[in-house]
Amino acid sequence: MNSNNVLTTEISVKSLDIHYGDFQALNNVSIEIPKNRITALIGPSGCGKSTFLRTLNRMNDLIKNVRIGGEVLFEGKSVLGPEVDVVELRKRIGMVFQKPNPFPMSIFNNVAYGPRIHRLAASRSELEETVERSLRAAALWEEVRDKLKQSALALSGGQQQRLCIARLLAVKPDVLLMDEPCSALDPIATLRIEELMQSLKDRYTIIIVTHNMQQAARVSNLTAFFLNGEIIEHGATDVIFTKPRIKQTEDYITGRFG
Amino acid sequence: MDPRKSEKIAFFILRFCGLIVVLPLVMILVFLIVKGLPGISLEFLMHGPKMGLREGGIFPAIVGTVLLVALAIIIALPLGLACAIYMNEYARDNWFTRLIRLSIVNLAGVPSVVFGLFGLGLFVIFLKFGASVLSGAITLAFLILPVVITASEEALLSVPQSFREAALALGSTRLQTIKTIVLPNALPGVLTGAILGISRAAGETAPILFTVAAFYLPHLPRSVFDQVMALPYHLYIISTQVPGVPEEVKYGTALVLVVLVFSLNLAAIIVRNRIRKRRAW
Repeated sequence: MNSNNVLTTEISVKSLDIHYGDFQALNNVSIEIPKNRITALIGPSGCGKSTFLRTLNRMNDLIKNVRIGGEVLFEGKSVLGPEVDVVELRKRIGMVFQKPNPFPMSIFNNVAYGPRIHRLAASRSELEETVERSLRAAALWEEVRDKLKQSALALSGGQQQRLCIARLLAVKPDVLLMDEPCSALDPIATLRIEELMQSLKDRYTIIIVTHNMQQAARVSNLTAFFLNGEIIEHGATDVIFTKPRIKQTEDYITGRFG
Repeated sequence: MDPRKSEKIAFFILRFCGLIVVLPLVMILVFLIVKGLPGISLEFLMHGPKMGLREGGIFPAIVGTVLLVALAIIIALPLGLACAIYMNEYARDNWFTRLIRLSIVNLAGVPSVVFGLFGLGLFVIFLKFGASVLSGAITLAFLILPVVITASEEALLSVPQSFREAALALGSTRLQTIKTIVLPNALPGVLTGAILGISRAAGETAPILFTVAAFYLPHLPRSVFDQVMALPYHLYIISTQVPGVPEEVKYGTALVLVVLVFSLNLAAIIVRNRIRKRRAW
């Protein structure tokens, strides 16, 4: 099913509405997120991209006075509603945050955190294997292999962000949500994250929120343009960036506002 | 006036106010050391009082105070920490948490002698614990609960929200997040609060007056249902109730009490500074 032309839908969003108190953060958002592709969400600050992203793994549960309407299906099953196992959902739909947020513990323990709480490793050696595999997948192994016991907080910002990705990969998710993962990083560290995303997309479905137009154009297969809580336009990235159908999309990607 | 001149005068006055704050503490300490140090000896620290409290030592009172505050913190810390975790990690801002907060503020404002009367009524008489270590320690525990809860809440608040988000996004439950991420990082702050609570409890007289403190006991307590002597109360009686107690015994007792409380506070400050240094976020 996963040939280059046929896209399997991993996450399907239908008429999603979100209110924070009186404020409507998302209005009638519908989009299909294809499996093993990188989908970029772009749009000006406050347009609802991050809200949208945080709905997919139910991180909005932490906010009070939030009301959600519509439907979000992950592999055909609803992720909204009180009966959903949020722990299992978040295990399968992981998240990378804007600011790198490693735990204040050793590099090893950071990556081992997920496998430990989910009891994914039967033995110490299996745990060590998982940590190494995750660090390799996050292109960090060579840099930290000799200092696994050192504090993760001593790493550079870019290394910390890759560590957070490794920590996420260790719980074997299917979807990676990335909320402006490079906004706190310098251009070289950003480039490394982008390369990493390319190497990960064969095995994971990636959704990235970004303020950086070039980044969206460089890394993503599909792009959705958000404005004022609505998706104005979405489709293949090269089409959105070369032949946008809607004037507002064109204005935004050419830098006329936002 | 020339602004530079008024600046200098303002600076001088403010500095003087700072000095006035430091002065009483230094004076109390110097006074106690000069008058009390001659009374302190191994005999004084390690033996019981003799000759109607006029001679001998204060060993039973030291043991009593240590016992009381230890039991008080064993009761207050789990209760206070659990309450802080509930308010900070689980409950949202609702009528119940507002009620708890209101209770804490008011509990902190209750005069300590009222705690003593409350302890007498509830633990000594109604629950029939009698005048005992248990009654006194629970009364002291209620007294220091606000300190423990407030410090615990501050410690929990100081753990960055991003740590919690990271743990939850990896699929931890809230309890796992608290156990593995929040508490380990909040623990030093919680301990600081506990130590401050202990030092507060060690110095209080009124709450133990009706609930546990003995005028004179020749032996050490054998269970939590025994009475004990305690330093603040002992100081009160040898200063006001017993004629002819030598100065150096009174001031020696005061010095021991103050040194005990100060070293606890100092320990709290050291713990806090060590956390601040180690904390890298």
